[in-house]
Amino acid sequence: MLTAQVALRLGTLDLDVTIEAAPGEIVAVLGPNGAGKTTLLRAVAGLVPLTRGRVTLDDVVLEDTARDLHLPPERRPIGVVFQDYLLFPHLSALENVAFGLRARGVAAREARARAESWLDRLGVAKYADARPRALSGGQAQRVALARALAIDPRLLLLDEPLAALDASARGEVRRDLKRHLASFAGIRIVITHDPLEAVALADRLVILERGRVVQTGSPTEVTQRPRSRYVADLVGVNLLRGTATAGQVAVSGGASLQSAEGVDGEVFAVIHPRAVALHRARPEGSPRNVWRGRASALDFQGDRVRVGVEGEMPIIAEVTPAAVRELDLAEGGEVWVSVKATEITVYPA
Amino acid sequence: MRSERPPNLFAFLAAVGVAFFVLPLVGLLYRAPWETALGDLTTPEALTALRLSFVVSLAATALALLLGVPLAWVYARVAFRGRDIVRALTTLPMILPPVVGGVALLFAFGRRGLFGQALDTMFGIRLPFTTAGAILAATFVAMPFLVLTVEAGLRSMDRRYEDAARTLGASRWLVFRRVTLPLIAPSVFAGAVLCWARALGEFGATITFAGNLPGTTQTLPLAVYIALETRPEVAIMLSLVLLAVSLAILVAMRDRYLRAF
Repeated sequence: MLTAQVALRLGTLDLDVTIEAAPGEIVAVLGPNGAGKTTLLRAVAGLVPLTRGRVTLDDVVLEDTARDLHLPPERRPIGVVFQDYLLFPHLSALENVAFGLRARGVAAREARARAESWLDRLGVAKYADARPRALSGGQAQRVALARALAIDPRLLLLDEPLAALDASARGEVRRDLKRHLASFAGIRIVITHDPLEAVALADRLVILERGRVVQTGSPTEVTQRPRSRYVADLVGVNLLRGTATAGQVAVSGGASLQSAEGVDGEVFAVIHPRAVALHRARPEGSPRNVWRGRASALDFQGDRVRVGVEGEMPIIAEVTPAAVRELDLAEGGEVWVSVKATEITVYPA
Repeated sequence: MRSERPPNLFAFLAAVGVAFFVLPLVGLLYRAPWETALGDLTTPEALTALRLSFVVSLAATALALLLGVPLAWVYARVAFRGRDIVRALTTLPMILPPVVGGVALLFAFGRRGLFGQALDTMFGIRLPFTTAGAILAATFVAMPFLVLTVEAGLRSMDRRYEDAARTLGASRWLVFRRVTLPLIAPSVFAGAVLCWARALGEFGATITFAGNLPGTTQTLPLAVYIALETRPEVAIMLSLVLLAVSLAILVAMRDRYLRAF
């Protein structure tokens, strides 16, 4: 069990978060660049001192500013796979993996044997004598993982484990990484800015923005009920915030939406772009939510077109190229928007 | 680089500039007594000076490594008040006239000097006119070259390697020994070579502080200066030895100094 309350300032970053991870859990910390993800990892590892906070791992207090306690990184049972892997360039793959064991006083012969078995477990035994510069990105990542696991940590931290790879290698390495992560029983925390990576690897997501946790939950929960513009954009849905009273959601800007859900109070409303219909003239019939806008941007994505509509309620619609022709849509042209009440998901903010 | 034809004035002045450096070398080589070269180099005075210079310059380099690498580490890694001032003081010998350094050493560590007197009465150590004094003088002028080079190496290395080593369980001392030092080895080597070259050529501080005693403090440059009066052919041959060493270092360090920026 990891509980980390971390508060610190570093340059323009003001980090103040609490993250928890249960034994055996894989947590992904997902956020845009500059959100403080790497700083959070460095703080948990003991490489950056906290201004205020407390870090405990399996009932062992690693840091507690109230008691002026700071365990140095070399005394924390934490393995780290750094971004770019940071394999020591002057040591062979084997020596890299044996480094932590030697530092902990394991005899040379024993350390070597254990390092060899770790390289073997990760399928890179044949590169034991290779220098890091001779390894491919995927091989280097496995050696880095072997090096971090060889010290038998209780917690494994991975910082952007796939960012150093080119796109063509990423899919395969991600599958390998998932398999290898599954074979380690401790807590695993993956830092990433790539939602695909986060969803593929983790049991639970922690969304970090501007030094704060804005949402946490299973990948399904987070993607179905986004609580920030950042997540909504990642998932590709419209996110509105407003106040609900008896099925009527008043959103900022004075507009109002009719929803079929009976939630009251401060709410988020999610509308999938596919559920947004566009018309040349005011539509008749069942949709309760109809308003007028101006097509601001047309973004062709294969067999679909995402249309940004500006107006009293800005929204993104997704239509077919045929519909674009039929509607005679052009950037700046007037358009009517309709959304069925049943297509709006509303949940408490 | 885009090449172009120089204006006539520049071509002329540049040629004069080159001649200014090349003519002295030509003069030296022209007057070199090649027939008796071996004999001149193996005169007792020459051999003694060669041996002494070897010992003094290597000892000065060793002392500079021992003190200079930790000093460079402190400059590169510790932010303390007055760091720039302290660094300026320890860099001063690079531009200070060596004879001033010698005088300063004399009034600090000389027999009547501020600390020299205490060294003498408490430990019976006398530095002036000893080989130890010559080593001290050479270290004084040469160590800044090592410190600056190693500091630059420490500043340009990726410190995240040290972080990685810490998370693997290495103490700070082990990190320094197994990670930092190997990563900055090229800078340490370059700094040591520069320091050694400067120590080998040291003249002013040595003759002022340590004197000019054959076999004790009379290093190569001092021997050249004395021999010029009495046996110029020995002076020329010893000068050529120093020239050859300098040239060899320049070639070995060409990546650092011969390439344009």
